[in-house]
Amino acid sequence: MKKHLLAAAITVLAASSAFAQANDTLAKIKSSGTITLGVRESSGLSYTLGNGKYVGFHTEMAEHIISDLQKQLGLAKLETKYQPVTSQNRIPLVTNGTVDLECGSTTNNAARQKDVAFAVTTYVEEVRMAVKASSGIAAIKDLNGKTVATTTGTTSVQTLRKNERAGGLDFKEVYGKDHADSFLMVETGRADAFVMDGSILAANISKSKNPADFKIVGEVLSVEPIACMLRKDDPAFKKAVDDSIKRQIADGSLAKLYDKWFMQPVPPTNTKIGLPLSEATKNAWANPNDKPMEDYAKK
Amino acid sequence: MSWDWQVFCEDTLDRQAVPGCFGKGGDITYLDWLLSAWGWTVSVSLLALVLALVLGAVIGTLRTLEGRRVVVGLCNTWVELFRNIPLLVQIFLWYHVLPTIFPVLQGVPGFVLVVFALGFFTSARIAEQVRAGIQALPRGQRYAGLAMGFTTFQTYRYVLLPMAFRIIIPPLTSETMNIFKNSSVAFAVSVAELTMFAMQAQEETSRGIEVYLAVTALYVVSAFAINRIMAFIEKRARVPGMVAASGGGH
Repeated sequence: MKKHLLAAAITVLAASSAFAQANDTLAKIKSSGTITLGVRESSGLSYTLGNGKYVGFHTEMAEHIISDLQKQLGLAKLETKYQPVTSQNRIPLVTNGTVDLECGSTTNNAARQKDVAFAVTTYVEEVRMAVKASSGIAAIKDLNGKTVATTTGTTSVQTLRKNERAGGLDFKEVYGKDHADSFLMVETGRADAFVMDGSILAANISKSKNPADFKIVGEVLSVEPIACMLRKDDPAFKKAVDDSIKRQIADGSLAKLYDKWFMQPVPPTNTKIGLPLSEATKNAWANPNDKPMEDYAKK
Repeated sequence: MSWDWQVFCEDTLDRQAVPGCFGKGGDITYLDWLLSAWGWTVSVSLLALVLALVLGAVIGTLRTLEGRRVVVGLCNTWVELFRNIPLLVQIFLWYHVLPTIFPVLQGVPGFVLVVFALGFFTSARIAEQVRAGIQALPRGQRYAGLAMGFTTFQTYRYVLLPMAFRIIIPPLTSETMNIFKNSSVAFAVSVAELTMFAMQAQEETSRGIEVYLAVTALYVVSAFAINRIMAFIEKRARVPGMVAASGGGH
């Protein structure tokens, strides 16, 4: 029995070291002629229109990165495979090699940097709250005694908890099972505010029956740098991706993309999200970096 | 794959490990949270179970009344209504749709609505089992009771129900265990029970496997405890020589 265990352990070790040696994504892309892009089904930055079609600000940016990679590698043809991922499986899928590049809405934080690497930050998410325009709520302190909604399985729950403790506030928390559900609670009056990433709030408001009835208010509760995720310890691939993003920032094409996805009507409903480029995102573009979320909190 | 069970000792705010694993002075560790989530799961399940047993027994019995077609029809409608709509849809109807029709319900906490939704859903299933239990008895039993001069109520109380309930204890055991597992839908209407804890804690700690294993263990413990209680009741209620009590009395 022990011998078997030992043999199994050695096999696993051998396999993992072989895997470590094969950690050269550029070579893998060149030899296979394909790249697997991790995308999201329903997030503000990357979503599906159905029928295997994936769109969004980050998805289109990733497509530009891929065409830059194709040029760099001198490939006549590079096939892109779209792999939808979820918050739960995105990190395992990147580390195990299923996904080469994930451009969805992944927050770059110190805990994740232990397992994966991030490209330079391309979007800075600000956690704020959406309220009914008629509610008179303007800041987090107005929430005392109110009911606040957020979505199960997001970092906003933790943010909310910290703010409640720090501000000496007392409010009731309710949790929606997804963003649409949390927004519905504000719409039907079950909750007074919905605390979530600004882009998600803006998207939900734009899709509601009467967008003018809602507004995004209050101070920024948390700042989260969102970036494309790739495998750790692959400096050549990271440099190629970063260079492409810097090129897109420098020649203004990223700003154009932002305008297309946030300021113009977007599919599937052809409504405008209407979220102007934030100062934080502008700063990230002016000084491309891959600093984790924790560095943003310090200043 | 390395395990990290320390994660349950961490404070939920700053993620520092707390000695002794239980938070002090208002601080909450993931272990505290897990246990409170278990408490919610058990409370939802037990309250829904009581509601389901009472309603199920009454409705199941009424469905077997002879010569009362309106009552039987109403009770059949109840069963088909709650049995044919998926549980999660029922929960949403209770939480989002009914309060817009009856504004009074807006002030009712999600917890109460879930107890009703889960209780009514399960009551339909229990009613069906009670009906089956009564109808499994030979028709002569009912007539014998009536011939003795018992009223309908007495016939049910002293002749039919004592035997019917003994027959249906095994399917009832499954139903009571199901209620624990079905209580996981409560997360959808913001009850901080085990499933919600699992989804939230795994996002915050990135230790999904440990979190899900712990939650699974608590579900198993709860369902198995109910299983043992029902087995005990089955044993104590056994009457030698009675139908089904001897383990296949035919």
